[in-house]
Amino acid sequence: MTAMQPIRAKRFPADARVTMSHGGGGRATSELIASVFAPHFANPLLEQGHDAARLDRPAGRIVVSTDGHVISPLFFPGGDIGSLAVHGTLNDVAMGGARPIALTAAFVIEEGFPLANLERIAASMGEAARRAGVPIATGDTKVVERGKGDGVFITTTGIGVVPDGVEIGPDRLAAGQAILLSGTLGDHGVAIMSQRQGLEFETTITSDSAALHRMVADMVAAVPGIALLRDPTRGGLSSTLNELVEGTRLGVLIEEAVIPVKGEVASACELLGLDPLHIANEGKLVCICEEADAETLLAIMRSHGEGTDAARIGTVTAEEPGFVRMTTAIGGTRIVDWLSGEQLPRIC
Amino acid sequence: MKYVEEFRDRALAEKLSAAIRAEADPVRSYNFMEFCGGHTHAIFRYGVQDLVPANVQFVHGPGCPVCILPIRRLDDAIELAERHGVILCSYGDMLRVPGSKRRSLLSAKAQGADVRMVYSTLDALDIARQNPDRQVVFLGIGFETTTPPTALAIRQAADEGLTNFSVFCNHVLTPAAIRHILDAPDIDPDEAVHLDGFLGPSHVSTVIGSKPYEFLSETYRKPVVIAGFEPLDVLQSVLMLIRQVNEGRVEVENQYARVVTREGNTKAQDLVDEIFELRPAFEWRGLGMVARSALAIRPAYAAFDAEARFDLSDKTSREVKSCECPAILRGVKKPKDCKLFGTVCTPDNPMGSCMVSSEGSCAAYWTYRRAETLAEMAKDKAMAEQAA
Repeated sequence: MTAMQPIRAKRFPADARVTMSHGGGGRATSELIASVFAPHFANPLLEQGHDAARLDRPAGRIVVSTDGHVISPLFFPGGDIGSLAVHGTLNDVAMGGARPIALTAAFVIEEGFPLANLERIAASMGEAARRAGVPIATGDTKVVERGKGDGVFITTTGIGVVPDGVEIGPDRLAAGQAILLSGTLGDHGVAIMSQRQGLEFETTITSDSAALHRMVADMVAAVPGIALLRDPTRGGLSSTLNELVEGTRLGVLIEEAVIPVKGEVASACELLGLDPLHIANEGKLVCICEEADAETLLAIMRSHGEGTDAARIGTVTAEEPGFVRMTTAIGGTRIVDWLSGEQLPRIC
Repeated sequence: MKYVEEFRDRALAEKLSAAIRAEADPVRSYNFMEFCGGHTHAIFRYGVQDLVPANVQFVHGPGCPVCILPIRRLDDAIELAERHGVILCSYGDMLRVPGSKRRSLLSAKAQGADVRMVYSTLDALDIARQNPDRQVVFLGIGFETTTPPTALAIRQAADEGLTNFSVFCNHVLTPAAIRHILDAPDIDPDEAVHLDGFLGPSHVSTVIGSKPYEFLSETYRKPVVIAGFEPLDVLQSVLMLIRQVNEGRVEVENQYARVVTREGNTKAQDLVDEIFELRPAFEWRGLGMVARSALAIRPAYAAFDAEARFDLSDKTSREVKSCECPAILRGVKKPKDCKLFGTVCTPDNPMGSCMVSSEGSCAAYWTYRRAETLAEMAKDKAMAEQAA
């Protein structure tokens, strides 16, 4: 996509497939870009037609984050690899307290991949980026031989700007701070599992894949002193919390009864022997803040569609450093451990 | 989920907890063995220990199907996949259990063996139908709960005339193992774990009923309460056991009456009886040879018996030295008594089977009670050093 040549879009037959020449860098590559990607990604940065997109320098500090997406299946209830690749990277940028200003996208496509599916993915990416108000500024397309990939892999990079006065980071954690969660756990992972071969089950659960940067912008504007934001993706809430306290002088105490989990997700977890705390999310965040700011932030989260089920789930403590402890549903306690091994590969 | 949440109600749990505290005699102790790994998991997952007084102790039994498969049989399964080139189908938990030289089915798979995780025996049958030119072996493990599905798969394969499907049968029987544990102190006085009663299996009992445990009260004079797997089931069953002990009663009581009957599921029992017969003895990891404790495929179905179909080599299978899994499975030791616990042996890097399955004691202590366990280990070590 970098070298936008004056090649016009072409109508491919409905059953057309990606060939090695689409990745060869010649006319076929340009045709593919002009026909499949450009119509959906259209924006002034991309249309500069340079090898590198040129952005005006914004005020504030820059953050940058990158994420490879290898999810299987490519299309799932509530999204697809395209929208996921946009949301996932926007959220990583937003977790720095930043406002995302541009995305890049690199595609590794397997020879033989149906062009109709590629277009569907490009359309979904374009739509997700447009809704988020963040342009895909530049990109790259490569094709690998049949059997050397699995359909399509997408790597996206996001650039964002952090407002002055916002200092989000694990070094800001302190005992007594409140732990907030923006909504229900496990929706993404269960939606993906329900589609996996050998495991298919009927469910109305859809992935929570969503961009969180607008909610974060409002949170950061109201409470610039937020200590930490994290999106509990692979490994779920348990990995996010364990990462924060492992090797530190702090621990965490959470309350099982107030952690939001949809009934259907809880049922699927029962059946499959999984813990919702270990399951991936793609549209949720954990916010750690001073006790006094908790109610303000919860109200802001709940005013956004992505945060309607936001809840205060626990507290940072100085007792039991390095451990995440949970009061269980029946009033006992236990450690919440990291996910051991691999629950399900290629979840994002 | 409503049906499940009712059995996790905090107010009810607190009521049961109060009743247990009120009725447990503070001057004596109550050691109850929960045979099933499912109970072990529920106890840890919900922190049930926190709701009972310190003199009520859970002794964890060997009822974790993955944990008790002897290392030799696991080595055989690896050999089937590697030397005989079969597609080996297994339930997921089994894949990570280390065999001899710490090789697991998962490491065999990484080195090219065709090992596949299945969720049901029917998935394994599907794989056989889809691969008519390959031999497909299902690694059958587990107690009376998982045996009927294996029996069903064999009968279905026979009905369809599948010639490329067989089962490597390791199905075991619960009552024989309980008897063995109770006889153990007679065999070896060091193994004298004093038990005041048993939390009886829940899912196993749905199949075999409560009748097969009656020898426990009749011959061994031990109270039994068949208990469901939910935390309130466990608490209520503990209260029922305490009452039996306090009143000097010795009975098989059924807390899990919403599912378990005295006779069990006779249709499933008939199916199992059609396909399987009793082995004279079978090795259990931790318990050694246990008489009449496992099933083999009947000669009439030998065509579906992987042990009859494939020539398995003689091998000397060895456990990791100083791994305490065997003693832990007998209830003689606790995970904190193992030198390897938490140092070289963790769920990410298991040395013994008890650290692999979520139903294994070591995995339960590590995952749910690590902070307390490590603190106790440090205390024990300090005391030992002081004594020295």
